[in-house]
Amino acid sequence: MSQRKPKSQGLAYKRLPRRALVLGGLQAAFIGGLAARMRFMQVDQADQYRLLAEENRINIRLIPPTRGRIYDRNGQVIGQNSPSYRIVIVPEDAGDIDKVVAKLSELIPLNEDEIERARSEMRRSAPFLPVTLVDQVTWEDISKVAVNAPALPGVTPEVGLTRQYPRYEDFAHIVGYVGPVSDYDLGLIEDPEPVLRIPRFQIGKVGLEAKQETSLRGKAGAKRVEVNATGRVMRELDRQEGKPGADLQLSIDADLQQYAQARLAGESAAAVVIDCETGDLRAISSAPSFDPNLFVRGISVADYQNLTQDKYRPLSNKTVQGTYPPGSTFKMVTALAALEAGVIGPGNTVYCPGHLKVGSRRFHCWKRGGHGTVDLGLSLKRSCDVYYYDVALRVGIDKISDMARTLGLGAKHDIPMSAVAAGLAPNQEWKQRVHGEEWLVGDTANASIGQGFMLASPLQLAVMAARIATGRAISPRLVRSVDGVEQPSGAGEPLDISPFNLEQVRKAMFSVSNDRRGTAYRSRIIADEFRMAGKTGTSQVRNITKAERAAGVIRNEDLPWERRDHALFVSFAPYDNPKYAVAVIIEHGGGGSKAAAPVARDIMLQALYNGTPPLEAYPVADRERIKEQQKRLEGDRRPKARPDEKDRA
Amino acid sequence: MSYLEYAVKSTPSGFRKFLYMNWPLTLLLISTASAGFLMLYSVAGGSWLPWAEPQMERFGLGLTVMFIVALVPIWFWRNMSVLAYLGSIALLVFVELFGTVGMGAQRWIDLGFMRLQPSEVMKVTLVMLLAAYYDWLPSYKTSRPLWVILPVILILIPTFMVLRQPDLGTSILLLAAGGGLMFLAGVHWAYFAAVIAAVVGLIATVFNSRGTEWQLLKDYQFRRIDTFLDPSTDPLGAGYHITQSKIALGSGGWNGRGFMQGTQSRLNFLPEKHTDFIFTTLAEEFGFVGGITLLVLYTLILIFCIVTALSTKDRFSSLVTLGIALNFFLFFAVNMSMVMGLAPVVGVPLPMVSYGGSAMLVLMAAFGIVQSAHIHRPR
Repeated sequence: MSQRKPKSQGLAYKRLPRRALVLGGLQAAFIGGLAARMRFMQVDQADQYRLLAEENRINIRLIPPTRGRIYDRNGQVIGQNSPSYRIVIVPEDAGDIDKVVAKLSELIPLNEDEIERARSEMRRSAPFLPVTLVDQVTWEDISKVAVNAPALPGVTPEVGLTRQYPRYEDFAHIVGYVGPVSDYDLGLIEDPEPVLRIPRFQIGKVGLEAKQETSLRGKAGAKRVEVNATGRVMRELDRQEGKPGADLQLSIDADLQQYAQARLAGESAAAVVIDCETGDLRAISSAPSFDPNLFVRGISVADYQNLTQDKYRPLSNKTVQGTYPPGSTFKMVTALAALEAGVIGPGNTVYCPGHLKVGSRRFHCWKRGGHGTVDLGLSLKRSCDVYYYDVALRVGIDKISDMARTLGLGAKHDIPMSAVAAGLAPNQEWKQRVHGEEWLVGDTANASIGQGFMLASPLQLAVMAARIATGRAISPRLVRSVDGVEQPSGAGEPLDISPFNLEQVRKAMFSVSNDRRGTAYRSRIIADEFRMAGKTGTSQVRNITKAERAAGVIRNEDLPWERRDHALFVSFAPYDNPKYAVAVIIEHGGGGSKAAAPVARDIMLQALYNGTPPLEAYPVADRERIKEQQKRLEGDRRPKARPDEKDRA
Repeated sequence: MSYLEYAVKSTPSGFRKFLYMNWPLTLLLISTASAGFLMLYSVAGGSWLPWAEPQMERFGLGLTVMFIVALVPIWFWRNMSVLAYLGSIALLVFVELFGTVGMGAQRWIDLGFMRLQPSEVMKVTLVMLLAAYYDWLPSYKTSRPLWVILPVILILIPTFMVLRQPDLGTSILLLAAGGGLMFLAGVHWAYFAAVIAAVVGLIATVFNSRGTEWQLLKDYQFRRIDTFLDPSTDPLGAGYHITQSKIALGSGGWNGRGFMQGTQSRLNFLPEKHTDFIFTTLAEEFGFVGGITLLVLYTLILIFCIVTALSTKDRFSSLVTLGIALNFFLFFAVNMSMVMGLAPVVGVPLPMVSYGGSAMLVLMAAFGIVQSAHIHRPR
């Protein structure tokens, strides 16, 4: 046991305190650095980090606004928001998902694909987020699930709002329908509102729903919620209520609309009823139609194919979107143009031998033998073509075209429906611009009887009839009020046409349906206070060849459907105090007097009597038949019990 | 034998030893641990379970261990150094073979009631061994190459074993603690200059090894370095931890958001909020004032250790105390740098505060040695 030397000797030993201080100094410096860093972050940059922390924790959730409802002029519901039920599952509450789904499938029918989709959604999303298992569940199934709730952990029925159209087919073409926002929709909108990105949010796709989207949608509310790192909502911090969409009241009378729709059933046709005082559209129906509710829910491929492959084109809205050669219904325009130009007077006559040679071509009158000597009244009453060829050549196309525009043809009317067509009232400049060709006299002859380039939609023809009837620039109005605020009326200013000339034309139109030899005499109204004035039209969809004419014109009934003539009728009533103007077109319906006039008369009477008219309003000979028809339509119009309706009630 | 040389008679004996303990240090440790309990209570959403209560139990155990270690004369611990070192190496071997795998690394031995992390033990026993070595080594040999290489080997063996687990953070700490002790022992500064030069070269090599067959670090370790250098490259992945930690810390401001009001920790934006990132919670809820307070507590602990070390004439006592203090410093310095975005996320807990059994027990045992050195210092 040797004596240990004092350890505090030697160079290394002396170094210890010094080195300890060096190391301690380094440590102190580092600690100082940490403190400085802490100060920098917590004092100098605190605001910035606080903001980031708030951004982390606070999420803004949108509260979708309730869509505005749509009513008819009498307050009947056209478009509403009805509860729709779906079944959701919260994976973390469900535990064994397979077991729960198996149990659920014993209770209600489950779609395998849907379940698969839900499963993959569950795998992706956080376990506390609800995933939709079944959508559009019937009330019965919902109650089954509710009753068995204890056996189905994590499964809850949820109720949401979806658009519903209680009038089914009747308003499909006017109101259109809504559907979930698609990527395509978002692409169309510049700077889309965030509310559009809510899953399943519905926006208007077609028709009024699309055109009035902004006012119907309203403004989304928002709530600020606190979320944790996984996105689970911990609590609601505050909320800002949105503004529900505006309710719209249409000018349409739902009952009249329903009648018109029923009256047109079976044809490919369109009818427009316009109020001569305000321009209100009382009915604007296109047949056949479709059930817009199918589109809201997501239409099946089979249903959609049925609609697109139907040769009667149920998806196309013939009232505003369809344009047709107006045929003889255009003759009032030619007549007024000529009267205004002073080319003719009401007493001037033209001799009709059955044809007129224009240029090198021979233009035929519909009546092979001709009408003989014809004045203005007779020309409209009997619908003589040669009279108009002759008059038109004297007036010139430009004046006719101008008159057409004055009467509401050839330009788009501003109503909130989809694909409103402008029609066409051609003039010389137009042909030069579009076709690069000279306007020929033959073109004028064709145009004078509403053939050739001339195109008009049923809406335009109704407006034309209303303008002739009133002498004012009636413009159509579809929306009467938005959220109770009355929209400007379409009464319009007096037209720049001499009242005398208008009176001449009106008188002639009166004779069309009230003179024994008038083309629409059979479709007259007997009731004295409701006498109707009108004009028939039959527009060709093909050219009659020389050979055909030589062989004798084939009767319409013998032609295939799509080659038959369109039948048209425009009218207004009562004659001495016009209330409504009606335009009807039956596609490929044959003659206007036979196919279109009775329909227009029936709709007109329905409108005038504001309900089913008394049989006394009809000609005696027709009453039996009308009674039958009324009975049949009454049956059709009874509220139809729909299979899906039953499920939902 | 050598302890007989000391004036044994002047050292306290029996229960009088308690009176001679470094009580300020003990109180500081208790305060620091209490701050930890408070934070664990807070991050559990105002509940003593699951973290605060077990942590208090362990701290109680730790205090007992500290007292027992403190009462045993320091020369006993010096004589145990080699054995302790060898024991730690054996544990590292054991963990290599049978350890529990967790979070991509094989670090723990499951003892049933707690999980022991041998690398934590190694940090203390390495310091003990080196202190004993330089106590034994005649002073004039300290800077001789042969006598320098020996401790270097003693440091590198556990360092590489820990690196293999893989646990980059702890291996760097081992290296730093060992190197620091050699520096304190008086090894010539030229060696350190050489080593620093070599380390710079090594870092270059490590980075160049990336993507080659002999890649020295695991991919995740490289990624951690990448995201440390630029957290914004991966805001939702690995950089998420650093970003969220900085947000929490910075949003604390001067006074903090209030006890249990820290949104970042309460809403789980903070990762590992009860272990490695607990300082962030503290800084978020108590702000700059709270953070500085803890930093001051730590600094005081360091100061008391250094004073103890410099006031003893026993070389082993000085070195082991300074070594333990250095270890303690490295612990919190690395952890704080990490949560403040100054260092990569290497998985080093905050000493005395972070939830975790073995780290705290080992640390308390180490402070027991510091206490023992204090009690049994030659007078």
